[in-house]
Amino acid sequence: MSDAITLTGPYKTAEAKGKTRSLRTLVSIRRYASPLVLVCLWQVACSLGFLSTRLVASPLQIVVTGWTLVRDGTLPFNLGVSLLRAGSGLGLAITLGVALALISGLSRIGEDVVDAPLQILRTLPALALVPLYILWFGIGETPKILLVAVGAMFPIYLNLHKGIRSIDPKLVEMASTLGLSRWQTIRDVFLPGALPDFLTGLRYAVGVSWLMLVVAEQVNAESGIGHMMMDAQDFLRTDIILVGLLVYGVLGLMSDQIVRFLENTLLAWRPDGRKGRSA
Amino acid sequence: MTHTHSHSDPHPGTAVIVEQLTRRFNNGPPVLDGLDLAIAPGEFVALLGHSGSGKSTLLRTLAGLDPVTDGAVTRPREVSVVFQEHRLLPWKRVWKNIVLGQEDKGIRQRAEAVLEEVGLSHRSNAWPLTLSGGEAQRAALARALVREPAFLMLDEPFAALDALTRLKMQQLVADLWKKHGCAVLLVTHDVDEALLLADRAVVLERGRIRVDVPITIPRPRRHSDPGFEGLRSLLLDALGVHAA
Repeated sequence: MSDAITLTGPYKTAEAKGKTRSLRTLVSIRRYASPLVLVCLWQVACSLGFLSTRLVASPLQIVVTGWTLVRDGTLPFNLGVSLLRAGSGLGLAITLGVALALISGLSRIGEDVVDAPLQILRTLPALALVPLYILWFGIGETPKILLVAVGAMFPIYLNLHKGIRSIDPKLVEMASTLGLSRWQTIRDVFLPGALPDFLTGLRYAVGVSWLMLVVAEQVNAESGIGHMMMDAQDFLRTDIILVGLLVYGVLGLMSDQIVRFLENTLLAWRPDGRKGRSA
Repeated sequence: MTHTHSHSDPHPGTAVIVEQLTRRFNNGPPVLDGLDLAIAPGEFVALLGHSGSGKSTLLRTLAGLDPVTDGAVTRPREVSVVFQEHRLLPWKRVWKNIVLGQEDKGIRQRAEAVLEEVGLSHRSNAWPLTLSGGEAQRAALARALVREPAFLMLDEPFAALDALTRLKMQQLVADLWKKHGCAVLLVTHDVDEALLLADRAVVLERGRIRVDVPITIPRPRRHSDPGFEGLRSLLLDALGVHAA
């Protein structure tokens, strides 16, 4: 008849600890096992004729076609063209987005002049500009790169602008009591303070630029991964289309990893919990 | 009568002179009302008052954060401020925060020397977000001292610290002041803190000085010193708190 209760955690022996560890490996294996099983089922369905190759090629066929496309240079060439387009578009987007965000973030007049039109423009779906771009710039590289640039610029601008505006005014005040010049304040306070938001914007921008690229290359192009896929459509080559999809997937994954790496390196000053959080 | 700049020192041997300083916001009642205050070089002045008494406005004006619109302020060029929050840049390592805005050679050595003085040399390379409250405030003190200020302003620097850390920091400030010999203006709510550290206590009320009293208790001071009680009740009285 006592009011006291004893609170204890589960007592872990070495054996029990070993068990949890092996359980954890099992869980991670299970995560990869499920997609693997699905791919195997897909292969079996194709081999047994349940799935027509007109609808979807078998995984083995995709691997073989992929290898052939690499050997005859089709894939490297088209990949190079696509990467160049995405890269130059993104580069343009970063340059423009950062410049505009600095203008509108660092001065009130700049904000009035720059922010309002951009806020209006950002509500337009960038993809709807395609017909206009073709009329203006023809079907060369310019409209494709510009489409990527315009689409990717908005996430950069919006996030960096927000980042600059949300700098703690107390830090700016402190910089002023320390006698920092305007330029030093921008370099040491505003830019590093807005960097986390810029990187968030960059991650979105990279995703958007792939999206824009797919559309640009499928509407009118004579090269690039998107063109390769559209070409394959004419010949019912689902295997080539799927190779293209796979390449887009890998590109998206890799660029995300690069931005994540940048975040972990450049934002080392954050406490661990906030590093590399998923978007 | 409008002087805004720190012109050459008209009263030799005076660090800070505030003359007829009046400040009001949006034509409301004055926050500072014809205030006169002088602080001698090396003098430690504690500024007490309720919230809204004008303490912060006076400090911000002295720090150059608020403009002088009515009246005159003379102060040395080399001033430093320590705020209630440490205001360290989280993206710069501690020593980089200390040397912020200073670009001459050998600044790193001076930063390390000052960090040693405040007892923080082991955290020189740490990121500010990993510091404890007391450590961060030590770093803020180091950042203020590395500039060798002739006039140091402390805006309730210990208010956010726990009681034990606060006692250590008060001792540290007393030591550093003795060593550097700069004039100090300490804004505080804490009467005991003022009595422990300052040469003079000034109580501000509605933008005017209500009490300006020297504290002549010999240093190092202890709360049990005989002069403490009388001054404490005098200051509490001026603050409108009546001991039972």
